[in-house]
Amino acid sequence: MFRFIVRRLLQMVLAFFGTTLIVYALMFAGQGDPIQALAGERPVTAAQRAYLTEKYHLDATGVGGFFYRYFDYISNLLRGDLGESLTGRSIGDILAAAWPVTIKLALIAIAVAVIFGVTAGVLAGIRRGSIFDNATLLLTLLVLGIPTIVLAPLAQYFLGVKWQVFPPTAGADPGFGALLLPGIVLGSLSLATALRLTRTSVAENLRADYVRTARSKGLPSRRVVSVHVLRNSLIPVITFLGVEVGNLMSGAIITEGVFNIPGVGFNLFRGIRTEDGPLVVGIVSVLVVVYLVANLVVDILYAVLDPRIRYE
Amino acid sequence: MSQNAVRPTPASPTPPGGHLLEVRDLHVEFRTSEGVARVINGVSYHLDPGETLAVLGESGSGKSVTAQAVMGILDTPPAHISSGAILYSGQDLLTLPEAQRRQVRGKEIAMIFQDALSALNPVFPVGWQIGETLRQRLGMSRADARRRSVELMDLVQIPAAAKRLGDHPHQFSGGMRQRVMIAMALAMEPKVLIADEPTTALDVTVQAQIMDLLADLRRDLDMAMILITHDLGVVADVADRIAVMYAGRIVEHADVRSLYRAPAHPYTKGLLNSIPRLDQRGGKLATIRGLPPNLMRIPSGCPFHPRCPYAQQVCVDVVPHDLVLGDGRTSACHFAQEVRDDRAS
Amino acid sequence: MSDFETVAASENQAARRGPSGEPGTPNQVGQPRKPRSLTGDAWRDLRRKPIFWISLILVLLVTAMAAVPGLFTSNNPTDCALSRQHAAPSGGAIFGYDFQGCDTYARAVYGARASLLVGALSALLTGAIALLVGMLAGYFGGWVDAVLSRVIDVVLGIPLLLAAIVLLKRVGSDSATVRVGAVIFVLAVLGWTTAARVVRSSVITAREQDYVAAARMLGAGDGRIMWRHILPNALAPAIVVLTIALGSFIAAEATLSFLGIGLQEPTISWGIDINNGRVHMRESATPLVVPSAFLALTVLAFIMLGDAIRDAFDPKLR
Repeated sequence: MFRFIVRRLLQMVLAFFGTTLIVYALMFAGQGDPIQALAGERPVTAAQRAYLTEKYHLDATGVGGFFYRYFDYISNLLRGDLGESLTGRSIGDILAAAWPVTIKLALIAIAVAVIFGVTAGVLAGIRRGSIFDNATLLLTLLVLGIPTIVLAPLAQYFLGVKWQVFPPTAGADPGFGALLLPGIVLGSLSLATALRLTRTSVAENLRADYVRTARSKGLPSRRVVSVHVLRNSLIPVITFLGVEVGNLMSGAIITEGVFNIPGVGFNLFRGIRTEDGPLVVGIVSVLVVVYLVANLVVDILYAVLDPRIRYE
Repeated sequence: MSQNAVRPTPASPTPPGGHLLEVRDLHVEFRTSEGVARVINGVSYHLDPGETLAVLGESGSGKSVTAQAVMGILDTPPAHISSGAILYSGQDLLTLPEAQRRQVRGKEIAMIFQDALSALNPVFPVGWQIGETLRQRLGMSRADARRRSVELMDLVQIPAAAKRLGDHPHQFSGGMRQRVMIAMALAMEPKVLIADEPTTALDVTVQAQIMDLLADLRRDLDMAMILITHDLGVVADVADRIAVMYAGRIVEHADVRSLYRAPAHPYTKGLLNSIPRLDQRGGKLATIRGLPPNLMRIPSGCPFHPRCPYAQQVCVDVVPHDLVLGDGRTSACHFAQEVRDDRAS
Repeated sequence: MSDFETVAASENQAARRGPSGEPGTPNQVGQPRKPRSLTGDAWRDLRRKPIFWISLILVLLVTAMAAVPGLFTSNNPTDCALSRQHAAPSGGAIFGYDFQGCDTYARAVYGARASLLVGALSALLTGAIALLVGMLAGYFGGWVDAVLSRVIDVVLGIPLLLAAIVLLKRVGSDSATVRVGAVIFVLAVLGWTTAARVVRSSVITAREQDYVAAARMLGAGDGRIMWRHILPNALAPAIVVLTIALGSFIAAEATLSFLGIGLQEPTISWGIDINNGRVHMRESATPLVVPSAFLALTVLAFIMLGDAIRDAFDPKLR
């Protein structure tokens, strides 16, 4: 187990350097005027130009200069210094204010996916071919097929503006009530995937030989399903949900943008809209790290859950 | 640990004139979208305390399905028991409500399966899986169940049992895994042990060890055993009686000695002839021609007639009844006597 | 392209020949049934599915819309007048007018073209990359497979939206053609991995078949074997995956345009219109709802079509 974690950590370090290098190269390499590239089409003041040149060491040139700047960027990133956005705010401060909101939102979304998706998936898996099963399959197909940019604004319009079941937008410091509708919208996709995954997994495991063994021990079928089948079926589901937590932390760009939730995705959304290069680079770099760490945690979780992996 | 750790169960209360376990005229069908397969067509057999019955047949002959019907673990659907009775100590298990039926499983009748790797749950330690039965069914404490699990693993001769309690099934060798299965089945000291092809997935050398272990345990714990196999070689030393199944019926039923000496059904005869023998050097190994029937289209009359060297017109037209040949032997063949007395082949 | 078509055509013929009886004829127990091909079975199965027909009709409808939008509306989507801002339906504008005073319905109809163009071309490009990588990895195995599989793993690990944002931010040009090309390129570069895995595994299966060994013994070269024997086997599963991918590419294009980094005005895109409609939803909801419905139905149609076809071909886990 220890060796497994060490190996995975090394892989993650490699992936970290690879991905950040790609992100950095794409943002900065080969641009005519890197400062203008960062700022997009906005006019750049002399003060901003001086700050950016110093910040990204833009006076060094060539491949050597590129790597010099890259490692400078990496060491700043590792020290937690993300620099300033074009509006002059510290990106670290922006993220520090945004994370708690995003995490709250992600937790609501995951809770929705677990409570409804996994439960319905288990039921559908047990009653495969029933009306309930077919209905959930069709419903999840609908959810999976409707893009978030349709779901989020429509939910906001109908449930928030027209029928006023939920608050249509979240304020500066949104509470649970304000985050509920965005959380459900955000979680619906994970819900559908988790449901389908659980259903397939449960249905497969119900046919496994060990279920027959457990029944022949004289265990009540409730226990056979809830202990033996579930423990095996939930391995892929938990893995998926783990990856999904990582995705939701970074992937809530649309939902946060639509509902005006001041989270990480919202700031990224705004950074794109206002063409604030440093803000986009800073947030994307942090999100890449979050994504990699989430994947590492999931892999270790998988090894903990499935003893067959651990000893390979 | 000594084998005294497992108390031999007192002789089972068999009602006068009845058997410990009796299957009466059992019919099972599989209802699928492709049609109805009649998998068991009137199987009857019985088992008395302390004896070993071998149920023999090719795959698809219905031997495992019968056993699963006895255990009450058939997958329904597609399986449906359309008629028949399964009496345990005189009580028809098929009429029992599920809650009571469940009490019989593992405690009165236990079962071990062919492929222990898939029959054991991959994510739980073996000690936990053996102990689960004890904790759930007998209400033992965690510590007691653990202690008892070690005893059971010692009983089935797993070396260093206490250390291996926390290991998972995939960490054991094939033979050791099958021993874990056996230990699990013995947890509640059942009176009947059904072994469904317990050695098929194992190496030949390990097969013999497992069969010896089963035979010893049966004797020491005074259980009755149903041994399901397709291998005639396995049963000779272990079984008291043999029931040969074909196309969901028992075609011949006899004590081991008479069956080996003079088989009274052409199918049994074919099976015996297809065992390689040391005294038979050179020449071709005899085989039974043709294939087992499709259970959705069982041939008319005697289901074996398309493959039978003795077949006459009557075999195509009339379903043979069980012919009683004395000594408790039966054979479902129109020419049972002739076959038995025909020593030519 | 002729090989794509001949394969598809022969499959269709097989599908038509396949079913031996009328649909719904119960199989009589005890009678031998004529052996049927996999495609025959799949087609029998598909024919009975309402979802298949509904999604097929929707796909054909939106394709017609993209090809000849004039058939569906006689109004000009770029003929906008602020005097008609959020005006009620009139004339051909059955859903009224949006914030800019453009015909909401006409814009939705004309929006199909960009969506379908991006979706179809991304799917084609994806298919080409996937076939190339999957065939090389599956056919040659060894270190080629090891390297390509790692590349697939890495690309699969990149969060799509973030990577698309980074890549598309680099496109300076505002020319419509360049932006469409850039979106297609980005979607294909990030989206080919699933299809490549599918191709790889079907190539590995095909490689082990006897007829491939026979062809090799007869002296056929690697190129010929891959083209004549392996490619046809890998095509069917790849096409199914790409049908579903087409739907998600359309959704991805709309999302990127919604965020303002995909297509840009004056190109008409559902994603842009949804974002504009969203901003003014309190005044009038139809400019939000109409393009949303068009986008959702189109994406759904492709995903359901692919899903139905996959289910028909792979009945194992239904």
